[in-house]
Amino acid sequence: MSLVNYATREITCKIVYYGPGRSGKTTNLHYIYGQVPQERKGKMVSLATQTDRTLFFDFLPLDLGTISGFTTKFQLYTVPGQVYYQTTRKLVLQGADGVVFVADSQRRQLEENVESFQDLHANLAEHGVDARAVPLVLQYNKQDLPRDLIVGADELEDTLNFRGVPHFAADALHGPGVFETLRGISELVLKRLSAPSTAAAGAGAGGR
Amino acid sequence: MKSDGRFRFDNYVVGSANRLAVAAARAVAEAPGAAYNPLFIYSSSGLGKTHLIGALAHQALQLQPSLNVEYLSLDDFVAQLHAAISAGEGDALKQRFQSVDLLLLDDVQFLTGQRETQSEMLRLFNVLQGGGRQIVMASDRPPAEIGDVDERLITRLSGGLVVDIGAPDYETRVAILRGKAGERSAQFRQGVLEELATVPFANVRELQGALNRLVAFQGMGEPVTPEAVREIVGADTVARAFTPLRSTRVTGSPITVTGSAPRVSGATATAPVAPSRLTPASPLVRAGNTPAHPLLAAASPAATGEFASFVSDIAVAVAQHVEPWKMRIAEAVAYWNGEGYRVAVLEKALKLAKAPDVDGLLDTFAAAVEHLKTLEMKVIAVDPALGGDALFRDPERVADAETLVERALLGDTPPPGPSSAYARHAYEVGPSNQLAVKAADEVAAEPGRRYNPLFIHGPSGTGKTHLVNAIGNEMAEASGGAIVVSCVGAQEFVDELIAALQEGTVDRWRARYRATDALIIDDVQFVAGKERTQDELFHVFNALHDAGKQIILTSDRPPKELGELEARLRSRFEGGLVVGVHAPDRALREKLYARYLAQEGVAAGPELLAYLADRPASSVREVSGAVNRLVAAADMAGVELTLAFARQELDGGTAGAAAPPPAPQAAAGSAAGAAAPALDAFFLDGEKVVWDWPDVGGRVIEEWK
Repeated sequence: MSLVNYATREITCKIVYYGPGRSGKTTNLHYIYGQVPQERKGKMVSLATQTDRTLFFDFLPLDLGTISGFTTKFQLYTVPGQVYYQTTRKLVLQGADGVVFVADSQRRQLEENVESFQDLHANLAEHGVDARAVPLVLQYNKQDLPRDLIVGADELEDTLNFRGVPHFAADALHGPGVFETLRGISELVLKRLSAPSTAAAGAGAGGR
Repeated sequence: MKSDGRFRFDNYVVGSANRLAVAAARAVAEAPGAAYNPLFIYSSSGLGKTHLIGALAHQALQLQPSLNVEYLSLDDFVAQLHAAISAGEGDALKQRFQSVDLLLLDDVQFLTGQRETQSEMLRLFNVLQGGGRQIVMASDRPPAEIGDVDERLITRLSGGLVVDIGAPDYETRVAILRGKAGERSAQFRQGVLEELATVPFANVRELQGALNRLVAFQGMGEPVTPEAVREIVGADTVARAFTPLRSTRVTGSPITVTGSAPRVSGATATAPVAPSRLTPASPLVRAGNTPAHPLLAAASPAATGEFASFVSDIAVAVAQHVEPWKMRIAEAVAYWNGEGYRVAVLEKALKLAKAPDVDGLLDTFAAAVEHLKTLEMKVIAVDPALGGDALFRDPERVADAETLVERALLGDTPPPGPSSAYARHAYEVGPSNQLAVKAADEVAAEPGRRYNPLFIHGPSGTGKTHLVNAIGNEMAEASGGAIVVSCVGAQEFVDELIAALQEGTVDRWRARYRATDALIIDDVQFVAGKERTQDELFHVFNALHDAGKQIILTSDRPPKELGELEARLRSRFEGGLVVGVHAPDRALREKLYARYLAQEGVAAGPELLAYLADRPASSVREVSGAVNRLVAAADMAGVELTLAFARQELDGGTAGAAAPPPAPQAAAGSAAGAAAPALDAFFLDGEKVVWDWPDVGGRVIEEWK
């Protein structure tokens, strides 16, 4: 399914929030959901445990209305971060048009960030997708925590961002950086509109 | 006031059950106060009373915009009356109602026991009727059955015309469903709506509810199949999306599902997450005075402005990146689609990787459309029934449209004729079918004089369709094309009737069939249970029979075994000659094998033929299937088709048997796959939405790992 359907005049964009457990992926979605004006609000679906850990996935449909004559819809998904939900993560990743990697800025989580980032690449590879071709941005979340508990954006940059993709510092709980991240990934995804052949070879090939 | 245009006559499907009521309502709308005063319409709930009187009011206002129309339910009327009386303005209310030209009262059955209301109404009725004003009432029962009502009022209620609306028949139900599906621009697979129409719902409202359910279900992803219809509308349909969840809950794990709307309210959007983050055990306490990241300090979360600015940024990005030539073609697609034209050629162009000659393409298309319009105008002048034919909406089939216009200009267009693929000389005769063939030959020689109707019955695949088409061709040829032979399948007959009902062109449809000189209806068993079709067939039958025109019917069983067939039709079917064709006998099988093998270019020896003919076959189709199988197997093995080979293939190991190519299914499958996805699929884009969860076992293991 292509991102842009000229025949039905629809743009459908699937963005997956990926990252280690408790890095704040669901929080990102909740913040976005809270900002959507009442009349545009769809229904956010969360499958969570009693302690609010994402079990299967979160799904937030965003209806952006008609843009340039296209009915534009964004689908935001999160994956469950815990290591053992491997199958679920892979499923959610299928058909993604873009990926936001939400890294946990806490110093003690550094290793888990790296592991999860590797896991992302492995899963993309299993979907037969070239990870270099998938629109990806990094979000360094929890930057509002005390300085001595967290790793600075520069250090995270060195550890994770070997591909030099756009990155955003954020505090998903209170909002700063959340929309910047979403905007960043959306622009990357939409940029591919003008290069349809690569788009088809990239994210669109997921699954099946 | 309910004449808001939602209820109109043109979206009210007329069937036999409501024809009288609609005719009366139309008459009243055209001349309020002149005919049928008062008009009293009753039916059980959900059969269209409110729609009908809404349509009446709408139509009346369309015709005379100055008309003073008052629509209210009896409840409203009573409430207004009480309010007026308690405010001491009873006279003002009376005056207001006395100036009404057309009074529509819904749910009149609630008059029961309301004595004061009744006497007030009686007075009002007298005044209105005396002044030539129209009163229309709707109720769920006839006036005489409304309990505890003043006798004088009852006589007034039933003094004009009392009509009822019955439950719609099958054909009307299909027409209603198609209309409603069209309104919702939902497209279903072939047979889905027809299947739904067979479900016995008590009224149209429930029917619409069931349709809504199908629309919703289809919106979830896969197209609904006819087989699944009953399950979907019958069983309690919990959203399929959450089946995994329900099955997991059985295992007792602590999962909750929350559409987060109730949890998230207003500005505290992130509240539900916060507690888990800031558990007392956590060493992390977010102190407000800790210096934050410099980037964060700058950004301040504005309210919904953030979302708005995001949307406008996206708009800019989209505008930059969508390809202008595709936009132009897409606009053309949307425009011509809206005008009702087929745009397949443009849609094909959209899929191209590089820009084609857009100007040329669009100009050609527009020119073709212009040409079609001219053709349509021409044809309407001759035969209005052909206006709106699908051919005039398909720029790719201009040539066909031209042919149609030519034919229309030459004369009228009869229903479809027999297929020229079936020839009499290609029909093999044996003892099992000779009686039917002899009768058919005699009918062909003297249409309408020998056996009328000729009713041929026999199991599927014994060559009935071939025979009747061949006879049809013979009749047409013998007369040198002077007589018009129509040959339709009963299913097609039903479909045409439904389409005509939907478009309100039943009269034209009827006229077409009555104008034909010989009518052949194949597989007439399909009219079983379709009352309206049987009605129409009955009239067509009588008209043709009385005019001495030949009628030929085929069925898979004799008339007396046809279930759900009206006795008057059954007796007419039996009135000519009823003759059976049976499973092919040995002699016929031998002839058939010889013919089919010869067609495949195989010169079969007498032993082979004898061997094959000895094998039982229940139908002609089975014979041709066996031949195909043998020829294909011989081809694959690269050997000649001999007796030994045939024996090995048909009796011996089934291992190497060349199964009939699965082409039909594959084709059907891909056709279904290619069927356009439901347009209202909302977010549920098949590929992007995750439906295929691992099975329960896998998830449980994953969860406890």
